[in-house]
Amino acid sequence: MSATIANLRVGESGIIEEFSLDLIPLCLLEMGCLPGKEVKLLQIAPFNDPLYIKVNGSHLAIRKELALQIKITKL
Amino acid sequence: MKNNSVVHVALVGNPNTGKTSLFNLLTGLNQKVGNYPGITVDKKQGKCKISDELTAEIIDLPGTYSINPTTLDETIVLDTLLNKNNVSFPDLVIVVAEIENLKRNLLLFSQIKDLQIPTILAINMADQMERKGISLDIHKLKEELKTEIILISARKNSGIDTLKKEIENYKNWNTEPLATISDKIDSTFFSEIKAVFPEFSLYKSWLLITQQNNCSFLSEELHSKINLFKKDSEKIKKYQHKETIFRYQIINEILKKTYKVDRAEATDLRSKLDRVLTHRIFGYLIFTSILLLIFTSIFEWANLPMDLIDGFFANLSELAKNNLPSGTFTNLIAEGVIPGIGGVIIFIPQIAILFLFISILEETGYMSRVVFLMDKIMRRFGMSGKSVIPLISGTACAIPAIMASRNIGSWKERLITILVIPFTTCSARLPVYAILISLIIPNKRILGIFNLQGLTLMGLYLLGFTAAISSAILLHNVLKIENKSLFVIEMPNYKLPSLKNVFYEVIEKTKAFIFGAGKIILALSIVLWFLASNGSSTFKNAKQFVTSQEENNGLSDANLQKKIASYKLEHSYIGNMGKIIEPVIKPMGYDWKIGIALISSFAAREVFVGALATIYSVESEGEDVGTIKERMAAEVNPKTGLKRFNFATGISLLLFYAFAMQCIGTLAIVKRETKSWKWPILQLTGMSALAYVVAVIAFNILS
Repeated sequence: MSATIANLRVGESGIIEEFSLDLIPLCLLEMGCLPGKEVKLLQIAPFNDPLYIKVNGSHLAIRKELALQIKITKL
Repeated sequence: MKNNSVVHVALVGNPNTGKTSLFNLLTGLNQKVGNYPGITVDKKQGKCKISDELTAEIIDLPGTYSINPTTLDETIVLDTLLNKNNVSFPDLVIVVAEIENLKRNLLLFSQIKDLQIPTILAINMADQMERKGISLDIHKLKEELKTEIILISARKNSGIDTLKKEIENYKNWNTEPLATISDKIDSTFFSEIKAVFPEFSLYKSWLLITQQNNCSFLSEELHSKINLFKKDSEKIKKYQHKETIFRYQIINEILKKTYKVDRAEATDLRSKLDRVLTHRIFGYLIFTSILLLIFTSIFEWANLPMDLIDGFFANLSELAKNNLPSGTFTNLIAEGVIPGIGGVIIFIPQIAILFLFISILEETGYMSRVVFLMDKIMRRFGMSGKSVIPLISGTACAIPAIMASRNIGSWKERLITILVIPFTTCSARLPVYAILISLIIPNKRILGIFNLQGLTLMGLYLLGFTAAISSAILLHNVLKIENKSLFVIEMPNYKLPSLKNVFYEVIEKTKAFIFGAGKIILALSIVLWFLASNGSSTFKNAKQFVTSQEENNGLSDANLQKKIASYKLEHSYIGNMGKIIEPVIKPMGYDWKIGIALISSFAAREVFVGALATIYSVESEGEDVGTIKERMAAEVNPKTGLKRFNFATGISLLLFYAFAMQCIGTLAIVKRETKSWKWPILQLTGMSALAYVVAVIAFNILS
């Protein structure tokens, strides 16, 4: 099973691998979260959710449920 | 160009790009907030002189990351730019981008550009390029993006004149689209679209097809044409994703040639601040301290100006009474209009201070950290981290707070937020609290630092907040709504707040309150005055009746006058109304005079103080008017001979006002935002019943 953003530990990075079109909202794509881009987990909020990530130059916070949908290859 | 032509300009851009700073720079105080037709989103407009011959009518559209809306606010951007018959349809668009996030900002630019409306790119924070190690080949970028580009710094006020010069020339701007989406995705499909909508640009037709809700301004015929293409929703979704990826490819290629950043400049401060501000312990500690600071400041700082305003209007009232020829008109001025205006003005200090803090927190970028910090907790209550900002704004006024909930993506989270906002202590409750607290709680300090009155106020805030949270939990478990939420927020870089933006925000919010809620308050004050100074035959014969009574023989003239006045009030129209509801409110410890104030408060809470002021000033005709507080303190319960506003009644009133839904304005906005009467009626009945029960219990325990 491949990893997702939710599997990253703080400070770790991965490359976004594939997209399941049904699960990733368009707005996340538009914020720069694109396949092939590096994503770094900057921080996790208290109670382990949401996640604070940096991807393609954007600093974003997304919920874990969404992070679980985004498959990555760990770096 | 003919003399004084007007050009309509729309400002579009991502949030946190300094779009509003640019708007403030261009329009200064020459701005107003209106409504978009049919909906209640604030529409910020302003005028700006471009040259002797040209004036720009500028609208500041809500910040958005894309033209495809995910929230209601963002829908405005799409509607404004697609509907040529819209009064706000722009002649030209200024896309505001920020140098550091240029790539993402250009996505929106590329979408706008493809609409083929004259468009220009303004890149803000150009003064920071060097410090951030960024270099930009501006000539090349202009060429690649097929647009004029102006480097500006809204903070340093530079580049604005160049921008204005360029606007003069807007008719010559290049309106070629940037990305030709059709070939890269599915040329057959897109040429079909082109054939069906020959009158629109291809991108506009595509946008019309991709939107989930049909745009309301289209004709029947167009609707059916659009629906033809809409059928295959999977395909459309796929193409939208492809389109976005394609746009980023183009942008990446362009930036590769034109944009260089020296990565040695790490954003160190940002990560250090983030680590502290979103820390699992310090994060909450800091947030709580900030809230404490805000609320104590409101009470401490606003106290003096409010006392001054109160005293000023009492004096003015007296002045009017003494210097104008006596008669109905003078009474209307002195007892109706002046206290009515005073009742509005008195809110300004509190509202201004609260919005001062909120806008500073938003400007610095701290609010996004609060959203991040609070999201998981708020979700347990069926809300979102984004609900925190509306709930805090609710401490100023529920109306803008409910409107601020528009950026919550999930309908269930948004609905719960809207429903519980009226529990938060809005500034309309503050004067009621302030006057009651000062009457029943001693002005003492405990432990040397905490003011007892301040602590009571703090307790009431917490009570409102607890009520909001508890009812949210209840609603979360009761409401059966599928919770499909989109939670993606940007964490902007920290920056020092711009004093100018803070100033305009405070002015704007205060103005909106005065002219919105203020009208209701003033009108009601006058109605109340009328109802209190007129009545049926018993009222008219008051003087005769009181004088003829034996027990009143031998009373001094002044005391007799006082007796007549209070007899009159009791038998006025409003006295009758108060008497009718007296049996209902008696269990809470109130008499008919408080009853009058209570009835009036259902229009808006703050009317309570004004209503009591009107009632007591009608009653004290011929005497020193005094301040409202003095009059309330002197009020005696005729049956017990004790003070009317004793501890039990005071607490009962405080609790009633903490829970009851007493604001027509809020009910109206909830109806509009939820598109149903069901929710405001639920709020009105549920909250008021709770308030009644709690007040009755409290009064009976305490007395």
